[in-house]
Amino acid sequence: MKFELYETADFYDEMFISDSTPRAGAQLLAERIEALPDGELLARQAAAESLLLQNGITFNVYNDSAATEKIFPFDVIPRIIEAAEWEWIEKGLKQRVYALNLFIDDIYHQQKIVKDKVVPEYLIQSASSFRKECVGLNPPQNIWCHITGTDLVRDRDGQMYVLEDNLRCPSGVSYVLENRRIMKRTFPQVFEASRVRPVDEYPSRLLSTLQSLFPVAMDSPKVAVLTPGIYNSAYYEHSFLAQQMGVELVEGRDLVAVNNRIMMRTTKGFQPVDVLYRRIDDDFLDPQVFRADSLLGVPGLMEIYKRGRLALANAPGTGIADDKSIYAYVPKIIEYYLGEKILIPNVPTYICAEPKELAHVIGNLDKLVVKAVNESGGYGMLVGPHAAPEERAEFARRIQENPRNYIAQPTLGLSRVPVVSNGRVVGRHVDLRPYVLYGSDIYVLPGGLTRVALKPGSLVVNSSQGGGSKDTWVLMH
Amino acid sequence: MLSRVANSIYWLSRYMERAENVARFIDVNLQMMLDLPSGLNEQWQPLVSISGDEVGFQKRYTAPTRENVIKFLALDSENPNSILSCFRAARENARTVREVISSELWEQVNTSYLTVTAAAAGPTLVYSPHVLFTEVKKASHLFDGVAEATMLHGEGWHFYRMGRMLERADKTSRLLDVKYFILLPSLSDVGTPLDDIQWAAVLRSASALEMYRKRHGHIVPEDIVEFLVLDGEFPRSIDFCLGAANYSLHAISGTPIGTYHNSAEQRLGQLRAELAYTDRQQIMSRGLHEFLDALQTKLNLVDQGVFETFFALRPLGSDAPDRAGQ
Repeated sequence: MKFELYETADFYDEMFISDSTPRAGAQLLAERIEALPDGELLARQAAAESLLLQNGITFNVYNDSAATEKIFPFDVIPRIIEAAEWEWIEKGLKQRVYALNLFIDDIYHQQKIVKDKVVPEYLIQSASSFRKECVGLNPPQNIWCHITGTDLVRDRDGQMYVLEDNLRCPSGVSYVLENRRIMKRTFPQVFEASRVRPVDEYPSRLLSTLQSLFPVAMDSPKVAVLTPGIYNSAYYEHSFLAQQMGVELVEGRDLVAVNNRIMMRTTKGFQPVDVLYRRIDDDFLDPQVFRADSLLGVPGLMEIYKRGRLALANAPGTGIADDKSIYAYVPKIIEYYLGEKILIPNVPTYICAEPKELAHVIGNLDKLVVKAVNESGGYGMLVGPHAAPEERAEFARRIQENPRNYIAQPTLGLSRVPVVSNGRVVGRHVDLRPYVLYGSDIYVLPGGLTRVALKPGSLVVNSSQGGGSKDTWVLMH
Repeated sequence: MLSRVANSIYWLSRYMERAENVARFIDVNLQMMLDLPSGLNEQWQPLVSISGDEVGFQKRYTAPTRENVIKFLALDSENPNSILSCFRAARENARTVREVISSELWEQVNTSYLTVTAAAAGPTLVYSPHVLFTEVKKASHLFDGVAEATMLHGEGWHFYRMGRMLERADKTSRLLDVKYFILLPSLSDVGTPLDDIQWAAVLRSASALEMYRKRHGHIVPEDIVEFLVLDGEFPRSIDFCLGAANYSLHAISGTPIGTYHNSAEQRLGQLRAELAYTDRQQIMSRGLHEFLDALQTKLNLVDQGVFETFFALRPLGSDAPDRAGQ
């Protein structure tokens, strides 16, 4: 087995230039894998999977009553990113997150960018992620998006694009850390000498970012992670991050507003919390302000937040910047606030709310990927070329019914990586989600979550849609 | 520590201890039945009685046959106190406090859950039930050892220990009660070798036979009661368990031992004082079964006290948190 039968086909391959020639950065990896005794690669793959199961590194799948808990499929062949390319990615992400934060702050204050007609007013007003309750809010240091996960993809020609921004509660970083740990345990001989940049410092970086948020100067503010609970699909990650940071993992029912503070119910009475890394959506944060039927949040939380007696990461309202039709304006947003050209380009995007673009989308559904502007996790999307005519007709109906809710993009020929499947090495499409922290400065974790569409030919990499992941190796200079 | 977290740790250890003891119950009965003179029917109804889940059993099973009872107590996922359900509940509780317990402890709970689920799916139980029960006991012992060796011996660990010890005290009392329910062929068999064999089976199921021999030598019912109820050094005796639970309870609250500041401390203190000033003659003359029954009721009151004191904290006017766990 191994690579002698591997085909890169008509796609950009992250590991090979052609069927048999590895890229410069992947040379050592390819050699080491080739040097493994027969059957060893498969044995290591099986060992990694059983480790994941034993460690209970799982996620929950909605709409699946039979087995609500699954391991996130993991592939042992790492994805390699060379130092020079990473340097460019890091610069591009910092630029993007910096500008998006300025955008959010502007939108909830003067809305200069709207008055200057760079972003159309109707898009903001009609965005369901725009929170009028947040107008005029001043989060500490005017930072709104403390934790961002940006999805990058590479097209057939090798060009990287930003596919979407996730500025609400991006998940997946726990898999980055766990994948690395599993990799070191199952494949030490491949790992050593590869000069891979470590990812272990993420939890302490995250903790510092969170601590830097508490508005009142204070020695060690009390930080907690707020989770919707054990049935949330990312529950494992919430508990993992709390454990790695050494902070409390709380649920809404553990918290209560008392005397203008958010307090935790403890065995020794009520104790205050200063910073919440909340992993629940704005909608559910506070039933007195947002959805009244929410049982996950804390009544009175927003009032305390507004008074500066509590910090929230991310700030409520950041969702306005990852609305997928706002995404289309990010190149202009960057130019408007920074006077710079965008470094990592956007995928060309048709906004269905614009009548001309709508007509083009409806006429070309068989070539386009359509996405609902506020959905994530691979829900609410249509991959035109792979869809049945009935599905396309159904989507055409939905788009025309509510054009503001959809955007469309050309179908990219996503790059591929080799994965172990049924005893063979085959090519599958991937994306990359790096994580960015914005506290006293902007930090990009060297690596990120490489998600793989495990179904042959599939372009949807989300874990909820049958995707898996790989360790991502950013090489040192 | 968060009340919810403390509650989950407390129940995590209770469920693990419960699973171990259900395995011990079935084990003691299997042993006793093997030793019955031929021609006598096996008695499995008593196990259902002492488990306290009679209603659930009658709903779904026709007769208390050996197969039905073992299935009900070991692998029935609809019986909330079956071994399988206990492992599942222990794991669910562990999952909610994964960031507080050590990774090793979580992996231990998770791995044993996977082992027991796999065993439940296979034919092991019918052909060699001891294999499963040995596995369950081993899992529970490993779990206890990993907790001891990897957790901070702070508040969380004391909740762990208290839960475990209160559960064990309750279960030792029930294990002893099995003997009350198993009928000898006739009244004149009391004190015969058959009677002795059954008492020895009780001891063996509590992993107590060898330690008992060192302490008392011959099989004498009063000595066995003394050993399993009042011995201060045997780790499954009721007095030992309550002492350890009391120590942890006071370590959590900071109240000096011998005094009390909440209902849990008061009730457990009273119960301990009662045991401290009781001797075996009093227990036997009152009736062992009656004594054990009353003890179980008082243990429930201690558990309620723990719940009210540590888990049920509520601010003015807010709704009460659910009584999770049990």
